[in-house]
Amino acid sequence: MAYSDKVIDHYSNPRNVGTLDKSKKTVGTGLVGAPECGDVMRLQIEVDETTNTITDAKFKTFGCGSAIASSSLATEWLKGKTVDEALAIDNMEIVEELALPPVKIHCSVLAEDAIKMAINDYRVKNGLPALELEKSHH
Amino acid sequence: MLKLPIYLDNNATTPLDPRVLEAMMPYLTDVFGNAASRNHPFGWAAEEGVDYARTQISQLINCDPKEIIFTSGATEGDNLGIKGVFEMYSQRGNHIITATTEHKAVLDTCKHIEKLGGKVTYLPVNEQGLISLDELEAAMTPQTILVTIMYGNNETGTVQPIREIAAIAHKHGALFMTDGTQAVGKIPVDVLADGIDLMAFTAHKMYGPKGVGALYVRRKNPRVKVTAQMDGGGHERGMRSGTLNVPGIVGFGKACELARLEMAADAERLSKLRDQLEAELLTLEESYVNGSREYRLPHVTNISFKYVEGEGLMMGVKDLAVSSGSACTSASLEPSYVLKALGLSDDLAHSSLRFGLSRFTTDEQIAYAINHVKEAVTKLREMSPLWEMHKEGVDLSTIEWAEH
Repeated sequence: MAYSDKVIDHYSNPRNVGTLDKSKKTVGTGLVGAPECGDVMRLQIEVDETTNTITDAKFKTFGCGSAIASSSLATEWLKGKTVDEALAIDNMEIVEELALPPVKIHCSVLAEDAIKMAINDYRVKNGLPALELEKSHH
Repeated sequence: MLKLPIYLDNNATTPLDPRVLEAMMPYLTDVFGNAASRNHPFGWAAEEGVDYARTQISQLINCDPKEIIFTSGATEGDNLGIKGVFEMYSQRGNHIITATTEHKAVLDTCKHIEKLGGKVTYLPVNEQGLISLDELEAAMTPQTILVTIMYGNNETGTVQPIREIAAIAHKHGALFMTDGTQAVGKIPVDVLADGIDLMAFTAHKMYGPKGVGALYVRRKNPRVKVTAQMDGGGHERGMRSGTLNVPGIVGFGKACELARLEMAADAERLSKLRDQLEAELLTLEESYVNGSREYRLPHVTNISFKYVEGEGLMMGVKDLAVSSGSACTSASLEPSYVLKALGLSDDLAHSSLRFGLSRFTTDEQIAYAINHVKEAVTKLREMSPLWEMHKEGVDLSTIEWAEH
């Protein structure tokens, strides 16, 4: 399968690979996918409580080039966004930016889910109720 | 200067040996006759080329030239052997025994036989990829007409105990067939000494051209017959009609002659190179060789790298042309059924690479491949949350995954 230049770029030079301290109250962690499905994505955000802004984002992904690129791109987009802005990220934006083929759309869905799961983890840690997440694309 | 990408997928197909092409050239130009034309020199010349090739092929596997039935390749040979025996021996029985790790050309043909009312036993294999002789013996019935077990496996290179299997089949009055596609031309295959009654094999796995293969059909002790699956002019002693692919057959013959003369030296050199590749890659933690390391073809190894996803790995080793145990062409991932039959979990099957070396593989290419794979695996593991968890001592089987 031919990958787009952007997928190849993110795969070859992934942005923000790493780990944040998940025990910190300001860090939210999302872990989605399963090893037997061939994709596991872990996405973490660090939030400035006073401004509600994401100051750092890190990922680690086990998966194909498109899954790695989707999560790498997601961390780039998350940095500097408010939590509410981050919640509005739609998987189709990732599909468009990376020119993912139809069989790889699930990679972008995973990235969106990981973002929402990380935000919910942060919310629950800080005494906020978890948001009801739409599951329409599953 | 090393040319990239490096071709290490020689179990899929091999390049044509220039000496084979040279032998074929006249038959693609001046000697264009139909080998079945008996009335003029054009036909005679073509027939002479075919007869010579038949002799070259028979010398490689130690049979009589008349026992070679030309086909379009090993898939057709497998079809003709299995379906042809099933039809020809239907009075005697309707049971066939094969194994779960066979090539699709055998497995799907056996499924077809089941649709026709035949019974098929699919023997399991152990973690080495070997069938159990006791289980084979126990599966034999008075209705068993054919045992078909491949010589060397295409994904792992595992070589089955062919002589022992043949002896058990014969003891119970059944014929023994083998898919010799990966083995012929790579290791000594002697149909007489091995007790093989039918064998499918092909030219393009041994530096010959694509589109030509053969089915060996024994003529003596016992005399084996197969019902033709292709009706027409009655070529190949009535077992396979169709105008012979003369240039292909001539190339097949030359490839077999070269194999007979050079196989031993090739095998010695390639097994050393393969062992070097394998030893280096096994220095990576959590990497495993799939299949038997004792009973196998000299030029192939199949290695799984745990905590690395197969498709990502394929992308990481872009300078190598290799095969993966993962068929990631669609959204639904299908791990290799051969590796799963060995007992591998889906994720370990997905994260495997098959390296197939050839007569043309060089030391420099293998040195490059070693570094390239090591770098890719290391980089992907640094990126893998599973690797991090493994390193922290987390048991991945205890995690509740948010599955899709």
